[in-house]
Amino acid sequence: MITRRHFGAAALVACAGPLRAEPAPMRVVSAGGAFTEIVFRLDAQALLVGTDTTSIFPAAAAALPQVGYLRQLSAEGVLSLKPTLLLTASETGPPTVLQQLRAAGVQIVQGDGRHSIEALRGNVRLLGDALQRAERGHALDAELQRDWAATQAAITRGTPAPRVLFVLSHAATQVHVAGTDTAGDAMIRYAGGVNVMSAASGWPPRPSRWPPRAGGDRHHPASCRRYRRGGVAVAPGLALIMGQGATSSVPDALRRCWVSATPAAGGARAGGGLGHGHRMSAQGRCQAQFPECAAWRVNW
Amino acid sequence: MSAVPHSTSPLLPLRPVGPTRVPGPWALGALLALTAAGTLFALGYGAYRIPPLDALGIVTAQLGLHSGTFDAQQAAILQSIRAPRVLLALLTGAGLGLSGALMQALFRNPLADPGLIGVSTGAALAAALVIVLGASVLPGASRVLGEWTLPLAAFVGALAFTALVYRIGAARGALSLPMVLLAGIALNALAMAGVGLLSYLATDEQLRNLTFWTFGSLSGATWSSVGAVTPLVLIALALGLRLARPLNALALGETQAGHLGVDVVRIKRVAIVLTALAVGSLVALTGVIGFVGLVAPHAVRLACGPDHRTVLPGAALLGALLVVLADAAARTWVAPAELPIGVLTAGLGAPFFLALLLRRRLQGL
Repeated sequence: MITRRHFGAAALVACAGPLRAEPAPMRVVSAGGAFTEIVFRLDAQALLVGTDTTSIFPAAAAALPQVGYLRQLSAEGVLSLKPTLLLTASETGPPTVLQQLRAAGVQIVQGDGRHSIEALRGNVRLLGDALQRAERGHALDAELQRDWAATQAAITRGTPAPRVLFVLSHAATQVHVAGTDTAGDAMIRYAGGVNVMSAASGWPPRPSRWPPRAGGDRHHPASCRRYRRGGVAVAPGLALIMGQGATSSVPDALRRCWVSATPAAGGARAGGGLGHGHRMSAQGRCQAQFPECAAWRVNW
Repeated sequence: MSAVPHSTSPLLPLRPVGPTRVPGPWALGALLALTAAGTLFALGYGAYRIPPLDALGIVTAQLGLHSGTFDAQQAAILQSIRAPRVLLALLTGAGLGLSGALMQALFRNPLADPGLIGVSTGAALAAALVIVLGASVLPGASRVLGEWTLPLAAFVGALAFTALVYRIGAARGALSLPMVLLAGIALNALAMAGVGLLSYLATDEQLRNLTFWTFGSLSGATWSSVGAVTPLVLIALALGLRLARPLNALALGETQAGHLGVDVVRIKRVAIVLTALAVGSLVALTGVIGFVGLVAPHAVRLACGPDHRTVLPGAALLGALLVVLADAAARTWVAPAELPIGVLTAGLGAPFFLALLLRRRLQGL
């Protein structure tokens, strides 16, 4: 029998395993773009053996083996990278897979997914400790704190606070606006503005009456100024329009409407290429696009 | 209810056909061997490299045949991740294949598939409800049931929709198949409209979860979840295979089958209940995995002819083989990530099916 002869061979091969038991180097898989960026800022990228599809910055992160979308990880796929540590966001899953990974001995560190400077600084310290770069973590934390204080000091708080609408547009027919609990909302609040979409949470699709009837825009720009959603009249003084990639994907009607129709207080600006705006290194670009708001130098 | 046998149906050619028809027992034996080989292959093949000999050693050690020592990680992956998944793939393929064969036989229509009676879309609607509204409408249920909320809701949705289709089709002790068919089409459309509405209301994350659910995946396979569906699917398989003779009679037409002593109403009811049970429980766990239920019975029928004593077990075996191989591909092609298996079952099944059709055609059929 072939099988009997091969049992011995299999057993031998398997026995060789425990013999190479020197302290294993840390192997990290990051399932969450924000954490991947922090790993790079901590100079711990050499430990990374895999990232997920949301890790698009810096480019080197995307060049690592890809474990897929962070909500749909594959247990065996992740394990095939032989990680010792998995960095997860609150939405990383599915839960079954995380259980299987934990059972297989992978340490799982979950970061704080809230959009706040405190959460960011907490994550920096957390990852610094988890990656055995505690000193670097505390240094980066202090650096963030300094930058943050400077940014906050640089904000000229207008009275009344500017009313801001944050628009995210991936394609001409898809428009989402930032409600509460989003990075866009946090940007607005930290910059001293008021999010006009605070009645909704998450990224609701464009309100039903928006953009208004195509014919009416040019001649009656006032029709753009107000629409109702959840009983809240929305009349932004400033619209931030983010396109992933190019600004040209922002619908023309929308741009026309906001650029021509917003109250004189702020004037609508269309900008693009911010990603989701929570990029540490994006501050320079961001400021270039919105010269009047130093406030967009938000570091996350 | 038509008294005329559907002799013109391409599904059931009544004249003897083709020189290359494979005898049933041979085909079943070959399929059984192929499925067994496919299962071993799937167990040994994955993103995490486990040499086949090690895999064999681990499995035999687990079965208590010898006491070898093995890499704990490899053993854990094989035992707690890959093995339940391969088992779920076998069950899914067998359940979908058999259900497809039952539905095609019942409706005497080659286009019938298990989804026809609302079982898949009912599950999809329930799943969408849980994904989109679950947290806000039923926070209590989600807390108590945890990760089982979604599969349980999907199973209930599948059964409820099938029951509704059945109720509409059944009247005065008879079950009108055209009515069942039309009710199924209407309710499928209604459910999809509901899913569409929920997709519109969904947040980005919910939408993403919903999309992944409708692609189908076997990654939810754990021993506990597979253990929960195994009895249901096995019961459906065991009872379904016993319908071969009555379904052969039914192929002649309902009246003729009745004259042959077949309790037609009971056969129809049993076939629908078994399909709802098997497909409902599987869809609840895996999401929608298309094409298997359509292609597996077809392929067996093309190769072996319309005798349901061959078609029913053959469809179950071929379905199992197809899903096991598709899942092995899903796990490995883009490793360490994973492809949705629904994409692969259609991607692998359709060319195979076309090749079969073309072969028959070249032989002048």
